[in-house]
Amino acid sequence: MAATVECGSDSNAAVNNMSLKKALKAASPLTLRIVAECPVTKARACDLMLPHCTVSTPVFMPVGTQGTLKGITVDQLEGLGCQICLGNTYHLGMRPGSDLIERANGLHGFMNWKRNLLTDSGGFQMVSLVELSEVTEEGVKFKSPYDGKEILLSPEKSISIQNSLGSDIMMQLDDVVSSTVTGPRVEEAMHRSIRWLDRCIAANKNPDKQNLFAIIQGGLNADLRKACLDEMTKRDVPGFAIGGLSGGEEKDDFWRMVTLSTDHLPREKPRYLMGVGYAVDLVVCVALGCDMFDCVFPTRTARFGSALVPWGSLQVKHKQYAKDFQPIDPDCQCPTCKRHSRAYLHALFKSDTAAMHHITIHNIAYQLNLMRSVRQSIVEGRFPEFIRTFMKRMFPSRDQYPSWAVDALASINITLE
Amino acid sequence: MAGSRMKLELSRVIQGRVRLGVLKGLGRTGQHSLEVPGCLLYTPFGTVPHLTQDTLHTLSKLPRVSQVTLSNIAEHQEVLEEFKDGFRKFAGLHDTVLYCSLHDPAAPCPTGYTTNKTVSVWGSGGRIELTVAKFMALQKSVQPDWYQSMADGETWQSNTSRKRVRKSVDRTLAHLDECLLAHQNSKELEGVEVFGVVEGGDILEERIRSARETAKRPVDGFCLDGLQTGSMDQALRIQLTSAVTKELPEDKPRLLQGVGRPDEVLDCVEAGVDLFESFFPFQVTERGCALSFSFDISPDPERAGSTPPTVLELNEEDTAGDMQQNGDLNLNDQTQMTCFEINLKDKRYQDDFRPLVDGCGCYCCRNHQRAYVHHLLVTNELLAGVLLMIHNTAHYHGFFVALREALANDKLDLLKRRVLRGEQTERKE
Ligand SMILES: [Zn+2]
Ligand SMILES: [Zn+2]
Ligand SMILES: [Zn+2]
Repeated sequence: MAATVECGSDSNAAVNNMSLKKALKAASPLTLRIVAECPVTKARACDLMLPHCTVSTPVFMPVGTQGTLKGITVDQLEGLGCQICLGNTYHLGMRPGSDLIERANGLHGFMNWKRNLLTDSGGFQMVSLVELSEVTEEGVKFKSPYDGKEILLSPEKSISIQNSLGSDIMMQLDDVVSSTVTGPRVEEAMHRSIRWLDRCIAANKNPDKQNLFAIIQGGLNADLRKACLDEMTKRDVPGFAIGGLSGGEEKDDFWRMVTLSTDHLPREKPRYLMGVGYAVDLVVCVALGCDMFDCVFPTRTARFGSALVPWGSLQVKHKQYAKDFQPIDPDCQCPTCKRHSRAYLHALFKSDTAAMHHITIHNIAYQLNLMRSVRQSIVEGRFPEFIRTFMKRMFPSRDQYPSWAVDALASINITLE
Repeated sequence: MAGSRMKLELSRVIQGRVRLGVLKGLGRTGQHSLEVPGCLLYTPFGTVPHLTQDTLHTLSKLPRVSQVTLSNIAEHQEVLEEFKDGFRKFAGLHDTVLYCSLHDPAAPCPTGYTTNKTVSVWGSGGRIELTVAKFMALQKSVQPDWYQSMADGETWQSNTSRKRVRKSVDRTLAHLDECLLAHQNSKELEGVEVFGVVEGGDILEERIRSARETAKRPVDGFCLDGLQTGSMDQALRIQLTSAVTKELPEDKPRLLQGVGRPDEVLDCVEAGVDLFESFFPFQVTERGCALSFSFDISPDPERAGSTPPTVLELNEEDTAGDMQQNGDLNLNDQTQMTCFEINLKDKRYQDDFRPLVDGCGCYCCRNHQRAYVHHLLVTNELLAGVLLMIHNTAHYHGFFVALREALANDKLDLLKRRVLRGEQTERKE
């Protein structure tokens, strides 16, 4: 660890890394093959080849914050067809610490996950979880909640930790501002994120093994977003994330920022929309041209007994299911639905955590299946019909369709009858 | 019972007491069997705690009998009655024999709620009072393959009076007669086996009376109740158990309730017990520990790594360190660590990249390291319980396999020395 920190703060090493990166450009550890593009919308189906396996996109990536996915074993996760999941740099950097994980052969070795991992920069958690954080040009300063020590998360430090974790995709440290903030702070954050991107690129020790994604910022201001896109797409990064959204902003603003971003992102690189995971949002944002998504919602909600179904969600703990002997979703092929009824899960919730594990498995299966069906329909050229059928199933009637989704889809030539 | 098929075939009886054999003809079609001395699978509500069926079935050689408990099931009686097809199907279990006990051996059971006609069980929704009629109605909705009859086991507190003990024996016999009567008149329970319950607290004469009287009834086996860990010291338990098993017919199985520690299990097998409940690995899991005691008595040291159930090289250094936290002194507190386990929450495991137990073939040990389990525990992650439960279940049932092998090969003493080694190390310190 000490060595990597030095490397990041030493400008000569940084320059060396830059030239090394250029030399290894051909050996970039990511290849995107576009399998199909929807002729109507901006949706695409791709094969994203990463160091540990190929990921079929559009893809939902479950979040395993602390190097584990909420009671699910890695074999179960693999069994559900998950090709990539997330780990959180902030949490893992705190406990057990990046040097320990490095000694365990990275996060892959530590959690024994054979497929791809994406790690965030740690910046978002810092700003949202830690009260005493201060952002300067240097980085994000905060007090450790464990020992009170002051810690500086700089772009170099974030990348150094992510290098230790050994993730297949790393995220740049960005200057995160709540999406509801307006004014000069948003512009400052956007420009700073660009500068930090350059520092992150320079700090990456493993450009031949680990992909660094840039994060487009700019809040809800179209001009700032556009400026950020123009600057960042000049950098030769393997992929782009759309950041600073899904933080409580109006959905009308949200989708406009998404579609603006995908309009200006290069076709040949993956686009990752951060923090999005509700089924409707996923389907609409795939239509707007996004490839990758992550969200804690499906696994978090499972622990409260909320099972995701094509018609919304089903609260297993509600009394109405006590004598309901059907599976959660009779059409679902997941291990939970193949074996257990709503009534059994309802009763099991009173005595055993395994009940949560059952719902977690179902919810991950639901998310992954949804994305598989989306992809299939894109490949078969019937994505527009897929969207219409999906919306009909999800909402009891046309007038319950969220207006933002109707508008967003209309903007890419999908009219919902 | 008429129509019952459970049959105990003993292959060896050592010193007239220690029994090795197979309990055959289990399940509705009689196709299942269980080796004795053996252990039931602990599934209070049809699920091994923390484990889904996928994770459970990473383990091989699990017992074919699952223990469910009325204390967990009773509050769902109405649901089961509407479901009609019994608890096994309700819980999504297919190919397992279902044994239904009254209480959950790992859950507390407050005293003071027993009457002449009722006993109480405690579920998630609180206390449920059972009469024999309600008890039997529950059995009809659960449709187990085998159940223990209703019993008043409220004698385990050390200050229980002789009068109270006598009452518990009388009541339990009366409950048994009533259960058997209802059972014989029930078409739904045809072919289902009943175990009578031997009570008697810590009073030898009452134990013997209870055993003799219960043995006169048409029961298929016996539960020995009120001898659980925490109720009395081991010497008294062994004395009473030996006296009881002497009174029981040779050809019927004896299940000892509430005893799970490996050292106690070994002594009780010597006292003539055939069956145990596997709540112990669950208790170990709940305190963040991993079973690590050695039970490998194979002469070939290389075998340890190649055969999953006969685990391990016990790390002497580990054992010595763990002993300081050993909770042997406090018999009543079952949340305390024993000398058969290591505490994965301990900081020393934070960078320990070995499996929980070297050579263990369980899913956890094949795939994960102590450092990872330590991390899951300190971060309160649900997977900690899952992985520990897998390992502890594998280790515990592996111990029973080793126990039977030892009996078959006249090596019980060697096994005892091996299992107790950790404890002896501790005593010396
Ligand atoms: Zn399902
Ligand atoms: Zn659990
Ligand atoms: Zn193991």
